[in-house]
Amino acid sequence: MTTRAVLLEVVVRTLYPGMLLFSLWLLVRGHNEPGGGFIGGMVAVAATAVRAVATGSADAARRMPLGPLRLAAAGVGLALLSGLPAVVTGRPYLTHLWAELPLAVTSVKVSTVLLFDLGVYLSVWGALGGIAAYMIGLDERDGEVRP
Amino acid sequence: MNADLTSLVVVAPLLVPLAAAVASTVSAGRPRVQQAIGLGGAILLLGSALVLARAVAAAGQVRTALGGWDAPFAIEFVADGVGASLVVLAAVMGLTALLFQQDDTDPAPASPAFVPLVHAFLAGACGAFLTGDLFNLYVWFEVVLIASLGLLVLGKERRHLDGALTYFVLNVVGTLFVLVGVALVYAATGHLNYVAIAHATMADPYRVLPFVAVLSVGFLVKAGAFPLFAWLPATYHTLPAPALALFAALGTKVGVYALLRTGGAVFPTVAPLMSDLLGWVAVGTMVTGVLGAAYHWDIRRILAFHSISQVGYILLGIALGTPGGAQGALVFALHHSLVKGSLFLIAALVCREAGSYDLRHIGGLSSARPWLAALFLLQALSLVGIPPLSGFWAKFLVVRETLVLGHVVWAATALAVGALTLYSMLKIWLEAFWRAHPREDWQPPPGARPASAIAAAGLAAVTTAFGLWPEPVLRFTFMAATVLHTRP
Repeated sequence: MTTRAVLLEVVVRTLYPGMLLFSLWLLVRGHNEPGGGFIGGMVAVAATAVRAVATGSADAARRMPLGPLRLAAAGVGLALLSGLPAVVTGRPYLTHLWAELPLAVTSVKVSTVLLFDLGVYLSVWGALGGIAAYMIGLDERDGEVRP
Repeated sequence: MNADLTSLVVVAPLLVPLAAAVASTVSAGRPRVQQAIGLGGAILLLGSALVLARAVAAAGQVRTALGGWDAPFAIEFVADGVGASLVVLAAVMGLTALLFQQDDTDPAPASPAFVPLVHAFLAGACGAFLTGDLFNLYVWFEVVLIASLGLLVLGKERRHLDGALTYFVLNVVGTLFVLVGVALVYAATGHLNYVAIAHATMADPYRVLPFVAVLSVGFLVKAGAFPLFAWLPATYHTLPAPALALFAALGTKVGVYALLRTGGAVFPTVAPLMSDLLGWVAVGTMVTGVLGAAYHWDIRRILAFHSISQVGYILLGIALGTPGGAQGALVFALHHSLVKGSLFLIAALVCREAGSYDLRHIGGLSSARPWLAALFLLQALSLVGIPPLSGFWAKFLVVRETLVLGHVVWAATALAVGALTLYSMLKIWLEAFWRAHPREDWQPPPGARPASAIAAAGLAAVTTAFGLWPEPVLRFTFMAATVLHTRP
């Protein structure tokens, strides 16, 4: 890991946004089909991990929105908040609410479940992605300059 | 009360520390903001715990099924008197620990991870006290374990890592026993919900007896019972003082609570089959703990070993298997947590003023710091069980119920252990306070540390108030024990 692997870098730079998009797709699809917050989050962790291998752990961690620790904290916070609308409207905590969002000709179902799942996604990505980037970084030499 | 508010009242003691842990993690870069969030969260937790206790006092029990699913599939949270009183205890201890940390009494440098870890610990403990489901009990045990491990490694020196490794290995073994026990019970009954398990095991207790035994071994490791307590004296003295008070008050109580809950309400027909064995375990715990305490010179080690012997009294109350025994165990757990928590804080103040935790190197505090001496004396006498302090009521309830049920040997051991407790406390009193300091030029360090003194004295005030005016606590715990032992 002392020299830059240019081919790997080029491939990863192309793959990275695609993997994140795929993870988001898994997150959204997860309600009725295989997928969901945890699995989507794990794919995002994989994206961070390959990024850490190719361009360095610092770069990989920097590309996580808010940074690993805050990202994980925001995820847990979001998941906690997603149960509160139910309490305000007089249902048990974490009872999930649904609404139809009309869009011109069609309509989209939105729910607090998605918020909860997004919270899981962010906390998995933040916690495990941060750990993965850090562990991969242990292999890097001190003072090594990464692009 | 409306359904909406009930749900919020039950889950608030979980949400508040979780939210505070998240918020204090995000604000880790700004110590003042973080401290404010930590203290604010602890005050809010205490408020929500008191609201919960009020609701429980009125209704006997409040429950909510998360997400509005039906039993037995729902994840239920149930607050009864036992759970609610321990949640109040957790809130008081959390607030005390965070208040104590405001000063420089503990010489360890402040870590940005301290406040989030304390709140994660509180969330885990409150979760364990409030869940109505065996698997979730295991999950909250894990939350407590991870937060404890974080607090243990804050020091980052070799002895901290040493203690953390011992704690981790022995507690993971305990947690594994719990997990395997939960799986076996689930396999045998098809249920995880407390009420559903109680119904399923009512008719044929012998079928699940071995599984409950596996589960109980895990709980006994967590509780620090003889002969599974090795992790406790190996780790307590490596902790920063406020975390130590938190551990001493709540660490073993989670395991004790699990035994109390499973014995009283989840396996009401299975627990009596094990009660004689548990009684002897309790006796062994009482005796070994107090003998270990008599041997040591480090104040923290004396108090830590002594905690083991006090767990023995609580186990004895549980082993009796009657509502009276459960009430005694609960009152003893509340009393011991508050008194031992404040004694550990007082020990930290003693170390700050006199320069060491080692009794052979300190002294002279009764003339230099008379208020500290008075505080120690008050709490030590309460621990011994001198009337009218809180320890008297706790011991009285346990020993009386033991005698009523005819276990004379157990009761006699409990009283003898009380005398040995007096010996340990006298040792600290004579060496740290009464005799002169071994160094003649010794002067206590300058500077007042009001927050930590208030924290220690506040706990002492709570226990003394309980001792002088025990009726509300006794009434509440009597109701709690009755509800615990009511067959659903």
